[in-house]
Amino acid sequence: MSRWSEGTQERARQIIARYPEKRSAVMPLLYLAMSEEGYLTGDGMEEVGRWCEITPAQVLSVASFYTMYKRERTGQYLVSCCTSITCMLLGGDDVLHAVEDESGVPHGETDDDGLLSVEHVECIGACGGAPAVQINYELIEGVSPEKARQLVRWLKKARPDVVNSDEMQALFGGRTSFDWGISEKSGAIGPYPAFQPLGTVGSEAAD
Amino acid sequence: MVDHPSDSHTIARYESTGGYTQGKRALGLTRDELIEEIKMSGLLGRGGAAFPAGLKWSLLAPARPSYLVVNADESEPGTFKDRQLLERDPHQMIEGIIITSIANEVHHAFVYIRGEYSKPARRVQAAVDEAYAKGYLGKGIFGSDYVLEVTVHLGGGAYICGEETAMINSLEGKRGEPRLKPPYFPAAKGLYMMPTIVSNVETVSNLPHILAMGAGEFSGLTGNADTGTFMTSLSGHVNRPGNYELAHGITWRELIYDVGGGIPDGKGLKAWIPGGASAPWFVPEEHLDLEITKDATAAAGSMLGSGAVIVMDEDTCMVKAAERVIRFFAHESCGQCTPCREGTTWLEMILRRIEEGQGRAVDLDLLVDVSDGISIGLVWPPKMTTICPLGPSAVSPIIALRDYFRDEVDSHVSNGGCPYKTQTRETSEKTSEVDRPSDKDLMPSSERGSGGRPPEVAE
Repeated sequence: MSRWSEGTQERARQIIARYPEKRSAVMPLLYLAMSEEGYLTGDGMEEVGRWCEITPAQVLSVASFYTMYKRERTGQYLVSCCTSITCMLLGGDDVLHAVEDESGVPHGETDDDGLLSVEHVECIGACGGAPAVQINYELIEGVSPEKARQLVRWLKKARPDVVNSDEMQALFGGRTSFDWGISEKSGAIGPYPAFQPLGTVGSEAAD
Repeated sequence: MVDHPSDSHTIARYESTGGYTQGKRALGLTRDELIEEIKMSGLLGRGGAAFPAGLKWSLLAPARPSYLVVNADESEPGTFKDRQLLERDPHQMIEGIIITSIANEVHHAFVYIRGEYSKPARRVQAAVDEAYAKGYLGKGIFGSDYVLEVTVHLGGGAYICGEETAMINSLEGKRGEPRLKPPYFPAAKGLYMMPTIVSNVETVSNLPHILAMGAGEFSGLTGNADTGTFMTSLSGHVNRPGNYELAHGITWRELIYDVGGGIPDGKGLKAWIPGGASAPWFVPEEHLDLEITKDATAAAGSMLGSGAVIVMDEDTCMVKAAERVIRFFAHESCGQCTPCREGTTWLEMILRRIEEGQGRAVDLDLLVDVSDGISIGLVWPPKMTTICPLGPSAVSPIIALRDYFRDEVDSHVSNGGCPYKTQTRETSEKTSEVDRPSDKDLMPSSERGSGGRPPEVAE
């Protein structure tokens, strides 16, 4: 018997149907499990194992290999500051420090309220708009330390249900790697990527 | 420069410029005809290894089913070209997928997109949905009886999955660890142990244009052996960072000063990384007027790799820059092979202690010695000591320190710290300690019991 709601189970069946073998669905199903509980729990991994017909140990071996499967309680907003080479050259370390200082949350930790988690990450492919920050994997480019402080204060105060990249870029961003083109209304609702195979997540299709 | 319409990611816009006519046309061509056309175009893989695309197709083993995996796991530091192609022009890639699939009798293709690219993944999925709705993907594409399914797969934040055999393991629902070649060449024993083509986004995106303009015109876009155009991601200390599509054969001086608009604040150029973090560094005294071609770059001991160019001005601390590049590889090492797992970690720790003023006079020799253990002889392309090239290419910054910036390392040691104060922040280092060994562990003379002690070098 599944722990997941009927809607989530239907989503799991759709995802598995996209692959020739059930085991291949383990990664998208791990994200699905995170979306159920906010992070990846032991129960969530067991459930994924049942769907993919592999053991919990096999699920854990996958989940522990990839940094984006958070196996500890993670804040509603995951703040990822890039400090890889190009972002470092253009002040990414200062941005990280500003985020840590303003939030009171050091890299790798979550605040007591479960609101913010802070991490520094390796290159997120936004080097033309360095330094870059992601909130729940929604990108902001050209962030200054001062804008990063404003971003943290905004997250704490506004507490948006959906984190939208265009909105945050307009408020806290600067130079971008390239012209983003058309704006998007969709966004992330938790500390995992707002994407599932088969149909886009969120409200927006192409305008 | 051509204007990029804001709705370039939609199927309506793509079709209005002739999109999907070549995908449809490919259905009427044989496997041999398609292979011959791509071979004649001279298209080289754009993921980093520059393997000839047509040759890759011709090497596919005859067993079926065969699979196509499009590598959109763009993670090489400095590289953001595929992000633009995925976000702004997903249909171009999908048409390339159709062409590649027909040529290689593939009926199920995968697009493996790095996990942090959730917006590009949404765009690609929306484009795939549009193509399905039009009957360009799915059962009976373009009114034929050809079946082509496309699955968009999101990664989990592991650079190593950009290595083709690691990507295949990851798609099979396993840890993203590279496989040994031989026997696991994807062309013979790839996804589910079946013949598999793994191709970069940019490579695949070139295919509709090659069929549209013809191999001859495509190869004639440049006057040298590197045919067609290439995407470069220019970043770091330049006035106009961004993605540029250029013809092979311009010089580095033209790229950095004309295309990139030069160094901000009129500062001098100290060094640049010519092809992503894995590539050995270039310096203005020796390399500024070299042409940007595969062969000229290889002859100078580096590579064009992923097309990422990272520019560093005269005020950049080379020790800090080297530490940041090597920290990446230490973090991303999958851990299977000892030289890579242990070597990159030690390189990072030694560089950090030099940066923090605890370096010793022998440390540069020690860095070179440890690097030699990962990449024997420190030659380029590197000699392999490991299953995949991650570890052996991680030593590139050490080669730069040894050959061009020995004085800078020495001054860190003699000054008891970094002379470029503005770039170093104790705070950022402090935060790194959360998942890194403490300073005490950095010293080779410590009692670390892991057996990971780097060799001593006599003074």
